[in-house]
Amino acid sequence: MALPKAKEDALAARLASLTLPAGKGWLASVRSEALSRLTAMGLPARRDEYWRYTDPTSLNAPAAPPAVRFEPGDEAEPFDGMDRLKIVFVDGIFDPAASDDLSLSGVTIERLALAGDTDIHWAQGLYGQLEARGQTPVARPLAALNSAFATDGVLIHVTGKAAKPVSLVYVHKSDTSDAILHHCVKLDAGACLTLLENGPAAARFSKVMEVDIADGAQFHHVRIQGRDHERRAVTHLFARLGAQAEMRSFTLTANGRLTRNEAVVELAGAEGRAHLAGATVGDGDFHHDDTVFVTHAAPACESRQVFKKVLMNGAVGVFQGKILVKPGAQKTDGYQISQSLLLDEDSQFLAKPELEIYADDVKCSHGSTSGAIDETALFYLQSRGVPRRRAQALLVLAFLAEAIQEIADEDIAEEIRGRLERWLARHGSTG
Amino acid sequence: MLEIKNLHVKLEEEDKVILRGVDLKIGAGEVHAIMGPNGSGKSTLSYVLSGRDGYEVTEGSAKLEGQELLEMEPEERAAAGLFLAFQYPVEIPGVGNMTFLRTAVNAQRKARGEEELSAGDFLKVVREKAKTLKIDAEMLKRPVNVGFSGGEKKRNEILQMAMLEPRMCILDETDSGLDVDAMKLVAEGVNALRSAGRSFLVITHYQRLLDHIKPDVVHIMAAGRIIKTGGPELALEVETNGYADILNEVG
Repeated sequence: MALPKAKEDALAARLASLTLPAGKGWLASVRSEALSRLTAMGLPARRDEYWRYTDPTSLNAPAAPPAVRFEPGDEAEPFDGMDRLKIVFVDGIFDPAASDDLSLSGVTIERLALAGDTDIHWAQGLYGQLEARGQTPVARPLAALNSAFATDGVLIHVTGKAAKPVSLVYVHKSDTSDAILHHCVKLDAGACLTLLENGPAAARFSKVMEVDIADGAQFHHVRIQGRDHERRAVTHLFARLGAQAEMRSFTLTANGRLTRNEAVVELAGAEGRAHLAGATVGDGDFHHDDTVFVTHAAPACESRQVFKKVLMNGAVGVFQGKILVKPGAQKTDGYQISQSLLLDEDSQFLAKPELEIYADDVKCSHGSTSGAIDETALFYLQSRGVPRRRAQALLVLAFLAEAIQEIADEDIAEEIRGRLERWLARHGSTG
Repeated sequence: MLEIKNLHVKLEEEDKVILRGVDLKIGAGEVHAIMGPNGSGKSTLSYVLSGRDGYEVTEGSAKLEGQELLEMEPEERAAAGLFLAFQYPVEIPGVGNMTFLRTAVNAQRKARGEEELSAGDFLKVVREKAKTLKIDAEMLKRPVNVGFSGGEKKRNEILQMAMLEPRMCILDETDSGLDVDAMKLVAEGVNALRSAGRSFLVITHYQRLLDHIKPDVVHIMAAGRIIKTGGPELALEVETNGYADILNEVG
């Protein structure tokens, strides 16, 4: 079917600013397949149902709208002091000098830019594949664009228990940088990896991560998105879980003008568990969108979606979350909660929770709420001598607690709480 | 300790006058009780003293050891030594009782320029005080007042009082919703805190609490004013004859 004229023009303008990275190996062919998917779909538009609450204009634009960097002052880098294998990208380009040696017991790590030229590679069966699968029933053109044009990324193959977390650090240097990264992570049966991500990466950042989690494997993911106030980001996490596999993914977002985080998760083997959580704090010109699609394709799997947003001074939060239970996925346990705490009347939360169930013996629940800070609780705390701002911070952290609890590692959870506390102290309160 | 002069208060949202000239003076170490029918303004008095939003003071003053309370933020009043035991203690999901207590204790210490208590020292003190109030470790771990029974909530209020060591304690209908045993336990907790440097204002509907917390002075409040003041016998008189006689007598 031909694209509408407006979509065709937008796509042509965007494609004119991009070049397919050179290469002759397996990657070249999967890139061209991704490009065909993209040209068939066109770029997202506000009129598309899936983009009703988030304007993709700045994500589609041929050039990245500029964004100045955030100066964290004396605050330590995220995950600082943790024993981890650091892989650094500056404006979307791998920085070998700042990165650790890529060898790690239980894990093989390669750069996409180098591994793509071989004739045969394990990533051939993953790169662009989960993304392509994730295009139905809802189109995700920006993910296809990423698969076609990603300039760098890592291919991580986990064969055993990773000796330490792999930490992807995205440094933003140029005010006009436009980074496209694509990572593949493959966990063999019974393997185990903690993957950390942090940093803004660029003025505009597009990132796709495809994760294949084989039977009994465990994938833990914690991400702290960049704090640059003007940065824009669109990210996709595609994951497929085998039998008794486990995935936990948590994202902290503070600041950023526009963030769209999509997660597409398929529970393909029995008794898999997928937990997706996010804690978001936004002040002012801030638009944050969590779009989540969890498919239960096998029996006795458990999924949780826990997304909490604290919004002030006109910040906007979006949640589109779906649980699809396929025929035969009996004994499914699906849970979804999305909540916002609006600290003033200017801020906004838009939520679209969905359940679609084709099995009859399932337990699925979803809830979405939007509320203000509890003034009675605030007074109670103050009457015990807790200053108003501190009291408000305590209540905000309490509100976010359910999402933070989804982090398996207590030290990381503590770091996240500390970061939130400091953010709240800086951004203060209304009233 | 506490001196209230000609206090007039109306609701902020509507033009409804609640307190119409309250005068009250409580000396150090004294226990005063305020009794009165529903709607007489007893609870409003406790809220206005502790600084809750929604009330407008149109006239008068309330001084704690010479410091004007009405100009302070609620947390400043607490640091100055005022404590209100709530009629309906507030549930705060997600905030652990222990975190809450420690935050409160240290916030007050900081406000007074004292050193904060270390986690170890705090734990020691809180365990000891909780034990006398029959508050177990489990209750300390749970979120503030969440899933607590009526009695547990009130005991938790007294625990906060014991930890914060205020000089002026206001107990707002602390007996409401308690059975006799729970009331006794709460009263024992309060009595243990009585001292020469600490005063109490006990607000109650019924005389029965005053069997356990013996007041020095009893005030009867009606229509936003204190209409009669006497000794403990005044409470017994109310118990026997109700408020009607006193209201008639005062006119």
